[in-house]
Amino acid sequence: MIAIIDYGVGNLFSLKSSLKAIGEDAVVTRDESVLDRAGHIILPGVGAFGDAVEKLRGTGMFQVVLSQAAKGTPILGICLGMQLLFDRSFEYGEHNGLALVQGEVRDIRTVIPKELAVPHMGWNGLHFPAGKPRSPIFADLEEGEHVYFVHSFAGFDCNEHCTATTEYGAELTAAVQNGNVYGTQFHPEKSGETGLKILKAFCRLEGNT
Amino acid sequence: MVTKRIIPCLDIKDGRVVKGVNFLNLQDVSNPVKLADYYSRSGADELVFYDITASFEGRKLFTDILTAVASTIFIPLTVGGGINSVADFERVLACGADKVSVNSGAIKNPELIGQAAKRYGDQCVVLSVDAKRVDGKYHVFLNGGRVDTGLDALEWIRQGVDRGAGEVVVNSIDTDGVKQGFDIEMLRDVSEIVHVPVIASGGAGGVQDFVELFQKIPEMSAGLAASIFHFGEVAIPDLKQVLRENGVCVRL
Repeated sequence: MIAIIDYGVGNLFSLKSSLKAIGEDAVVTRDESVLDRAGHIILPGVGAFGDAVEKLRGTGMFQVVLSQAAKGTPILGICLGMQLLFDRSFEYGEHNGLALVQGEVRDIRTVIPKELAVPHMGWNGLHFPAGKPRSPIFADLEEGEHVYFVHSFAGFDCNEHCTATTEYGAELTAAVQNGNVYGTQFHPEKSGETGLKILKAFCRLEGNT
Repeated sequence: MVTKRIIPCLDIKDGRVVKGVNFLNLQDVSNPVKLADYYSRSGADELVFYDITASFEGRKLFTDILTAVASTIFIPLTVGGGINSVADFERVLACGADKVSVNSGAIKNPELIGQAAKRYGDQCVVLSVDAKRVDGKYHVFLNGGRVDTGLDALEWIRQGVDRGAGEVVVNSIDTDGVKQGFDIEMLRDVSEIVHVPVIASGGAGGVQDFVELFQKIPEMSAGLAASIFHFGEVAIPDLKQVLRENGVCVRL
């Protein structure tokens, strides 16, 4: 079973519909026991980091995500959900994240030229680091395929956990992976056929149930 | 680099797609769900779904159509028309919209922009402005170009972005439906005062108009059009090919 975590942040309609379109039935849940039994977990989210992390902690789902990650269950964080995987974020103050992936979340304005619009919004190309095995969720993609981004903050200092980048006046982290924990800064559920290929590959990963 | 977006706009009335010439002569075109699916497959980067009569007649969007569209296509979807409150945001977001565009609702209650941005994030709030030249200035118009609010469009856009709008759609009533090209002058003036993505609307008559838009205003984020796409005068794959040949970065 694929569980989409509902902690009151973001729009889950498209995510659920896109999984349905690839033949996967996902459960949208805020029930810890359902989450604990899930074979795959998707952590979505839009909005601000601080609020989101507080909501996750408040519902007890924070701990379940950590224990599922430790058990080897495939976990996919999308957009803010990816940022929550990091050690910490500097969006409106400093907040600790799940610390499942190395690095921290900072404003992209600290690295991009100031004439570029923020948020970074639209379709941008994915680039895979040379000389490194392809992250399994990108197994069916070509170098340079376009995916849909909407964000003003991004992951930095991810080092070997960075699995894809995109270029917006600077090289930005587009995706990360640490073992069974995956994150995409872009929205696969809004990235047309390319996005569906990524979701399919994620659902194909061996879960623990 | 992030690609320039090509965005077909589906103006909806009574569950059908319509497109007026200068807004006033409505003509029935097609089924919104079929059209949205067709666009998604042919390379549209995003869709805008407006209930054009909502602010005029107080009609609510047909949310079942919205739900059907959002279940069929997996590209970003912006919804507008009749958005007057945070509850209206909630209603369309629950049906699968990714972004919500505010126009007259924000003019009546500018606080709405900030309230929605705080709740759903700046990226969710699109400020849509219908502007027209009046005595050497741009004025904000309402109700499909029928009512001059007297508001200075540039000032209003600046204020809207300060309040939290994450994107701006600028629709020039002077060029809308005339098919003689985008309103380069107005769009350039807007892009100079804001740092969020700006979407050009009104006036596209052919492929060259998009080339001109992105060449003359490189910071423009997207071009929006309706009738030239709906009537098949411009096919999106052809348009993007020509843009690429002219050095404009697009998703093919």
